[in-house]
Amino acid sequence: MGMEGIGARVARKEDKRFITGKGRYTDDMVVPGMKHAHFVRSPHAHARIKSIDTSEAEKMPGVIGILNGAQLTEDAIGNIICGWMIHSKDGSPMNMGAWRPLAQDTVRYVGDAVAIVVADSKAQARDAAEAVVVDYETLPVVTDAVEALKDGAPQLHPEAKNNLIFDWEIGDGAATDAAIASAAHVTEMKIVNNRLVPNPMEPRAALGSYDEAEDHYTLWTTSQNPHVARLVLSAFYNVAPENKLRVIAPDVGGGFGSKIYIYPEEIVCLWASKRTGVPVKWNSDRTEAFLTDAHGRDHISTVKMAFDADNKITGFKVDTIANLGAYMSLFSSSVPTYLYATLLSGQYAIPAIHANVRTVYTNTVPVDAYRGAGRPEACYLLERVLETAARELGVTPAELRRRNFIREFPYQTPVIMCYDAGDFDASLDAAMKAIDYDGFAARRAESESRGMKRGIGISCYIEACGIAPSAAVGSLGAGVGLWESAEVRVNAVGTIEVLTGSHSHGQGHETTFSQLVAERFGVGMDSVSIVHGDTDKVQMGMGTYGSRSGAVGMSAIVKALDKVETKAKKIAAHLMEADESDIVIENGELKVAGTDKSVPWFQMALAAYTAHNLPEGMEPGLKEGAFYDPSNFTFPAGTYICEVEVDPDTGKTTVIDFVAADDFGKIINPMIVEGQVHGGVAQGIGQALLEGTHYDPETGQLLTASYMDYTMPRADDLPSFKVSTTETVCPSNPLGIKGCGEAGAIGSPPALINAITDAIGNNDLTMPATPERVWAALNPAR
Amino acid sequence: MYATNYHRASSVEDAVKLATSNDEAKYLSGGQTLLPTMKQRLAAPSDLVDLRHVDALKGISVDGGNVRIGAATTHAEVAGSSELASACPGLAHLASHIGDPHVRHMGTIGGSIANNDPAADYPAGLMALGATIVTNTRSLSADEFFTGMFETALEDGELVVAVEFEAPEKCGYSKFPNPASRYAMTGVFVAKHGDGSARVAVTGAGSDGVFRHEGMEQALGSNFSAGALDGVTVEDSDLMSDIHASAAYRANLVKVMAKRAVAACG
Repeated sequence: MGMEGIGARVARKEDKRFITGKGRYTDDMVVPGMKHAHFVRSPHAHARIKSIDTSEAEKMPGVIGILNGAQLTEDAIGNIICGWMIHSKDGSPMNMGAWRPLAQDTVRYVGDAVAIVVADSKAQARDAAEAVVVDYETLPVVTDAVEALKDGAPQLHPEAKNNLIFDWEIGDGAATDAAIASAAHVTEMKIVNNRLVPNPMEPRAALGSYDEAEDHYTLWTTSQNPHVARLVLSAFYNVAPENKLRVIAPDVGGGFGSKIYIYPEEIVCLWASKRTGVPVKWNSDRTEAFLTDAHGRDHISTVKMAFDADNKITGFKVDTIANLGAYMSLFSSSVPTYLYATLLSGQYAIPAIHANVRTVYTNTVPVDAYRGAGRPEACYLLERVLETAARELGVTPAELRRRNFIREFPYQTPVIMCYDAGDFDASLDAAMKAIDYDGFAARRAESESRGMKRGIGISCYIEACGIAPSAAVGSLGAGVGLWESAEVRVNAVGTIEVLTGSHSHGQGHETTFSQLVAERFGVGMDSVSIVHGDTDKVQMGMGTYGSRSGAVGMSAIVKALDKVETKAKKIAAHLMEADESDIVIENGELKVAGTDKSVPWFQMALAAYTAHNLPEGMEPGLKEGAFYDPSNFTFPAGTYICEVEVDPDTGKTTVIDFVAADDFGKIINPMIVEGQVHGGVAQGIGQALLEGTHYDPETGQLLTASYMDYTMPRADDLPSFKVSTTETVCPSNPLGIKGCGEAGAIGSPPALINAITDAIGNNDLTMPATPERVWAALNPAR
Repeated sequence: MYATNYHRASSVEDAVKLATSNDEAKYLSGGQTLLPTMKQRLAAPSDLVDLRHVDALKGISVDGGNVRIGAATTHAEVAGSSELASACPGLAHLASHIGDPHVRHMGTIGGSIANNDPAADYPAGLMALGATIVTNTRSLSADEFFTGMFETALEDGELVVAVEFEAPEKCGYSKFPNPASRYAMTGVFVAKHGDGSARVAVTGAGSDGVFRHEGMEQALGSNFSAGALDGVTVEDSDLMSDIHASAAYRANLVKVMAKRAVAACG
């Protein structure tokens, strides 16, 4: 490892522009003639649109155009798609209702877009939007998924009777039932996974610009995957043909999944640009972000875990109802199915697993992937049940887990996944040591002496990321492949550009990816540039989500680097009249091994481009591309342990200590990996303790639509994390890496709730464990 | 935000004249509630009359036991006043926990009490201190001034000039912040006065804003100690219930915070 190579703790190249306020985000973009948009949104959670009167609004100062769903239909703009087909267990395809980018007949959640106003200024657009008169006939509302399934509940879409989108299952129901029937012990629980609002720092934005002279469209957008946006906008929404559409996702200030999807506003701004003849920019304010960004989680599950007399798990049965909101967002169907139930084996050898999942329409914002996406929901079930079972069985939580750990790999679970590598004892050992588990009893006694209640909780998570093998996901219903692309361009002076289909929105790709190149060719990171986020510059790619940029994105770069290295060695061998097999690359030079002969990297590159003296038949230039399709998911795993203190007078929980022992395989930049764990754990603690999303059940109004009511984690809510890693190399990709982006958010919530329930001696506690809920759990007889 | 006209008042008289000559004018004294409300388009004053540059409204004076705080004095100034720290440490402590540093350097005591947010800190402090609110036309006791949720006895155009009180023998404030907004979910200010009486005022919990708790005042009047509150019952019938906390939980917090406030008096 060099100072900048693989494993080096290099400071992030991109941070200079971010921390000095010089990042360039979509809302920073200005193009000549640009105008501003404001969306007219439904104030009702469910209503029929009787009429839209724009006559007064059109006369307002600065107004250029007001467009609604009727015009969208005139131009044959398509319905918003869901990119993953799920079939119910009876074989029928999912019952998907239509989602129009601008609602035409019916609005189904508060914030549903009804019209767009384009004006000279943002304020004028907003003024005119207030003057648009929409006559609504309000309809009954349902926000809760369990209520929505009941007979007589308000119906959202004619396609989905009783609001049921699909009723899906995985695993062997009969074998699982048999295991439960013959079990020595069964632990049963009802578990809620609370709905979350993603809250990236940068709100969504879009700038659509149509060039009439070239009949060409450009869209700047806050996207995690600009190529997918281009594909979907052209192939499904009929906004612009793919060869006439450039999508640019410049600096993007966080996504956490919520910027994967192609939202109505992006479609409408691009379309409106042609329709009004001006470039149209929209920037979400924070209230709109709460009301319209896809939310996460929102599961209600009942679970049964069966044990034999030796405390070995013999079966696990799960019944889940998942709230998908008012419409099916792009990957909404995959999150509570293949990204969720396939992880229900956890770190444990469980012979029989069965999960049934019903997904439901409600009058709420669409729900889709949010950091972890399905895997936190699976982990939360398993780790809450394991902890509860340990208490019921009278064994320590660590012992019960060890009794059931998978120790031989590859391990085929009963729910599709085949784990390729891992050492679950190693991470449990490391975490227990880091938190001084053995010293807990003394610390608890000390807390008790101060009138405080102390608890400790374990969570052993596993996740599947590095998504995903294209053929495998295709066979499960995915509408896209999940490979990644890279192109490595060595310039004539030896500097290097890497064009990647991954997209960085906070992950530090410009640094990590540069380290790969620095390691390979011994050149300085400063001479490496990472290019991403622009469909005119970069070849088709699939973007960043599911902790895939390392395992999949960097593997594509490795493949391209292999090709560059081969050609570079050929050129160097020719220049030095040596055999190419004798060429080694060290410290920016190509050397003939065992001699003092060498050619500097830049001289080899120049030779490639002057082409005066190349091997017979070799093409000039030095530029190679590659596509990498993974052969398996990767399986990061680890143990998180949390120690809390609860004030019994107020119910307030203080997180005293939090340790993470993660196995991410090989690590390129430990500092960036630690940052990812810190951020993920902060979000997990947010889910467990703070973040509650409340809809009014009668009106469907989002009651937590600002930071006055929605509790984001802040620095003083969090302890100083103790993070460490253990390592088993991932066998399925060339770098041996597993991915680290989501682990913190997946593994941490059950550790928190296990710790609090341990502290208070009452297991009946729902996330977020607000002071009031903890106090109520402490005073159940009240 | 809708367009508005900004005026910087030069004196109390100037401020009142500016405010009363425009139908939809509002005083601006830090704007930590008003400006966000305007940005949300939930308030649309035609004119804003900024009070923060009127010298007569600023500053803290302590004369023997008599304390006067100008209405345009910021929370940070109250929190940082060494005179106040010795005369009435409980109020300085209260000010040091309002909002965040940005809020404390912009928001003012006059602005806060004129708004009378049911979860604001100052109303509890002034009510427990038995403070007098001095306006441009009259003086009112805190009990008279705070009339309900976001309601005060101020007439149209009437302007808070200062608050005055006699430093108590002891006082303390304890707040349980709303986890999201960090406003008081329940805050209790207790004061032991020179005449031996005790006053206890509660913010954040009442369904109609700040209120005094008679039972706790009686208990502390005879024995000013946290233990004296053990036998006091806090009814939840007039307390607020919302998505953050039920009335029953707030009733619990009222008692816990009151005990902590007494303990903080030393």
